[in-house]
Amino acid sequence: MAAAESYPDDVKYHREHDWARIDGDEAVLGITWFAQDALGELVHFEAPTQGSHVTKDSAYGEVESVKAVSDVIAPLSGEVLEVNQAVLDAPETVNEDPYGAGWLVRIRLEDRAEVDDLLDLDAYKQVLAEQ
Amino acid sequence: MSHPYLGLTDDDRSAMLATIGVDSIDELFRDLPRAVRLGRELDLERALTEHELAAHLTELAGRNVDTTRELSFLGAGIYDHYVPAVVDAVLQRGELLTAYTPYQPEMSQGVLQAIFEYQTAICELTGMDVSNASGYDGTTVAADACFIAKHATGKARIVVTEATNPQIRQVVKTYAPGFGLEVVEVPHSDGTTDPDELRAAAEGAAAVIFQQPNMFGCLEPARELAAAASDAEALGIAHVDPLSLGVLEAPGAYGCAIALGEGQAAGNFPSYGGPHYGFLAARQGFIRRMPGRIVGETVDTAGRRGYVLTLQTREQHIRREKATSNITTNQTLLALGGLVYLTWLGPQGLRELGETCLALSAYAKQQLQERAGLELVFSEKTTFKEFAVRVGRNARDVVAAARERGVHPGYALGRDYEGLDDVLLVAVTEKRTPDEIDRLAEVLAEVARS
Amino acid sequence: MKLIYEKSQPGRRASLVPRHANLAAAELPDELRRRTPPRLPEVPEFELVRHFTELSTRNFGVDTGFYPLGSCTMKYNPRINERLVALPGFASLHPLQEEDGVQGALELEWRLQEILAEVTGLHAVSLQPAAGSQGELTGLMLVRAYFEDRGESDQRRKVVIPDTAHGTNPASVTMTGYELTHVKTDARGNIDVDDLRERVDEHTAALMLTNPSTLGLFDENIEQIAEIFHGAGALMYYDGANLNAVCGISRPGDMGFDIVHINLHKTFSQPHGGGGPGGGPVAVRDILEPFLPVPVVTRTAEGYALDFDRPRSIGKVRGYTGPFGVFVRSYAFMRTYGPRLREMSEAAVLNANYVLARLKNAYELPFDRLCMHEFVLSARNLKRDYGVTATDVAKRLMDYGFHPPTIYFPLIVPEALMIEPTESETKETLDAFCDAMLEIAREARESPELLKDAPHHRPVQRLDEVRAAKQPVVKFGFDAHPDLTADRRPVAADAPKGV
Repeated sequence: MAAAESYPDDVKYHREHDWARIDGDEAVLGITWFAQDALGELVHFEAPTQGSHVTKDSAYGEVESVKAVSDVIAPLSGEVLEVNQAVLDAPETVNEDPYGAGWLVRIRLEDRAEVDDLLDLDAYKQVLAEQ
Repeated sequence: MSHPYLGLTDDDRSAMLATIGVDSIDELFRDLPRAVRLGRELDLERALTEHELAAHLTELAGRNVDTTRELSFLGAGIYDHYVPAVVDAVLQRGELLTAYTPYQPEMSQGVLQAIFEYQTAICELTGMDVSNASGYDGTTVAADACFIAKHATGKARIVVTEATNPQIRQVVKTYAPGFGLEVVEVPHSDGTTDPDELRAAAEGAAAVIFQQPNMFGCLEPARELAAAASDAEALGIAHVDPLSLGVLEAPGAYGCAIALGEGQAAGNFPSYGGPHYGFLAARQGFIRRMPGRIVGETVDTAGRRGYVLTLQTREQHIRREKATSNITTNQTLLALGGLVYLTWLGPQGLRELGETCLALSAYAKQQLQERAGLELVFSEKTTFKEFAVRVGRNARDVVAAARERGVHPGYALGRDYEGLDDVLLVAVTEKRTPDEIDRLAEVLAEVARS
Repeated sequence: MKLIYEKSQPGRRASLVPRHANLAAAELPDELRRRTPPRLPEVPEFELVRHFTELSTRNFGVDTGFYPLGSCTMKYNPRINERLVALPGFASLHPLQEEDGVQGALELEWRLQEILAEVTGLHAVSLQPAAGSQGELTGLMLVRAYFEDRGESDQRRKVVIPDTAHGTNPASVTMTGYELTHVKTDARGNIDVDDLRERVDEHTAALMLTNPSTLGLFDENIEQIAEIFHGAGALMYYDGANLNAVCGISRPGDMGFDIVHINLHKTFSQPHGGGGPGGGPVAVRDILEPFLPVPVVTRTAEGYALDFDRPRSIGKVRGYTGPFGVFVRSYAFMRTYGPRLREMSEAAVLNANYVLARLKNAYELPFDRLCMHEFVLSARNLKRDYGVTATDVAKRLMDYGFHPPTIYFPLIVPEALMIEPTESETKETLDAFCDAMLEIAREARESPELLKDAPHHRPVQRLDEVRAAKQPVVKFGFDAHPDLTADRRPVAADAPKGV
């Protein structure tokens, strides 16, 4: 059961439809409602390994539905501390709760300055309007 | 005058042009720039009637010396096994023959279930967990497996045994540069491959490919070769004869990651090289890396069991440049022929067929030694249905001389292997009889020199 | 319907295999001997025949009815071809037979090559590739070999494809080690020439293009496109998937293409077989001839021969000379038309334009032009107004006895319906299809649940593809049913058999 459309204001956004929730030196990353809606029910998350490095604006994994596959883009750079096992076990969690239980990875931030490049809610809504 | 494959009358055409709103068929092509129009008739011979066509092709076919016209012991990758009538009967069903890829599963449960059954049969034969719906042939599935190995291991070298069929090796080498892979060959030692040599070559490699039985008909020490690959942290890939798997152990049981092969022997006519099917099966962990189509079981909205193409995100129509392969059209109908054949044989039949091939080829070895005075080349090695004999002079010439006597005695290995110019590879399938083998020995006694 | 494994009983068999009791049994080393037999089905011959016959009744082919699957060219597969391919001189011929024993086969291949050269307007042909996508791969390998030979391969790393390209194109590009560059399509459905100019330079190796495109539209700027690529020293590759539109009317070689692959299972009637086999021969301009796969079929004063002495060849893409049985059928098809192949393409284009004319007001037409042998409509209006999708339209068409068109391709058209009638259809069939499509558009408005619940008359209703992807079950679970004789699972409500 997919969530109703929403874009919370406690996260920062990336124009490739990914979000980041900053938590001190760390950040939790995921994909937005728009992304999960475009893909349809997720069937698989190809995750990075714990300890690997993710680079801002590059793909760090893939999410798949029956009919599509999409890169997941890292909004920020850092080291992967944890991969969400709940999503690995039940990928549809992302559809049900894209900003909460459907988080994908937790990283240790490499460069806090990168946060300034992210979009706030209004800026992201602009991106959505252009789709 | 209308054509049998076209259905429009002059009246139809006029009505259709009127609906479209143009005056002539020519106008439909108005977007084509003048400069690219052919502007003349195609320079081709006139259309033939069905009867003329049949006469022409019968004449062409009549100039080929096939296995109904010559007693043949030619193998080397394509084999004269018996293809039963039930295969033709099933493959000629128009609903199967003239359908395409089952993208609309509700229209295609026949093909989808058949592929599911085929996938099951291949997994059973090879001892693996997942099979695809077929590849083009036994050579290209080896190339497919290299692609899997590269992405699974991140390494850039493939090791292949010299005792693997040269067609396979050549195709792998043709694909390798595009995959960014280097190919290294391990020479054979007296007809088989030394596991220590293989292990050494496989250090840092993505995969090792060996053939079982190999090109010389010899049985490789498959368990040790798979272990050698594993020791070197390379994927063990066995290229196997499907009809040997009733008597020979399955690659899944002796430690391989991937099993593949040429399906022709199981249910397809030789047909001058194709179309046939390549089979490819692997351990469960490789399922998302498999190239080609895979059929999965599911249920419909009424709870009925049904079949669909699954994990399509691997494939070109979704993943495009990141696809596990570019394959779209595969060899479904031929694989279906394989399924029908394996069902016709059953497990008993498959074992008996393997035993018969073993017994007849052992008899042939004996006869060629005793009656024709020929020497076996890899005499210490166990063989399956093919074996190599020395014929005392250029084997190609021996083939020519034997054929003048109505017998094709086998493949001249010197065509592909240096130093084996006087060696013949003799294949004995269940279609051969002891009398025919006696005839082979007689003829070789006449034309070979021991 | 049960699986063949569920009909299996130990001890039954469908065959007898020759045995020779008087011959010594051969010894196999213990460690190589099979321990556990494979669980192949054990059924008598008549059960085998019944099983596969029943499977065929649950399937729909061109022989069953109209099959307008865009981009696949589902035309009539002549029955004479099946009889011809079964002639022992073809079917029982070994590919490694000596040359003097295969002159008929080599002559057939040579003649097929000649016809393909004439139809494509090019000079040399290889029949080796086993399918269109393998033809593409071969074509790109030829491109690579050509530039390596000229010392330009490090410089030329990019292949340009339009955003309407079939998925095999980018996949083939990756498999050959090239980088992709996409070019946009303009409002008329042509390649955007201005966008193209920006993207083509001395780093470009080739263009891969289908013409007419996957939109079914002939690129009006093809001459300019050829100038841009040849001007930059790059090559032009033609994806022959849509050749059915232009045989005898326009030739890819004359359009400026240097390499062409042909889909024998599309244009030249090799039956699709539930997914294959196919044939993907390549035709090339003479500058590329030295790089063709080996062996090359040649004609000499003495007859026909295979030339293996090709030092600059890319190598081998498939065993032997290629899928010979496919050649027999395609050659036979071509000989049944001769120069009348032109009428084939004209009929294909007429049929497509007729269906387009009848349907374009009920569905959205993304590009308002005459089409070639296929066209793309969008069901976007139905989705917007009534909440029904291209999928729903496709499933409802099944209730009317038609195979659906291709849906959701090309990617640039939302809710795409790609319709290719082919030339082998009567006007009555086309009208029946159009009537059904118009009826479905009306149903979308008045009773959309008929579409949503479709299909109603197939052996199964809509299948749970999510479940199939999440929990892949890709072979029969023998271990879940250890004793087949005891298996008495309840059977769900039976669906009617047949179409």
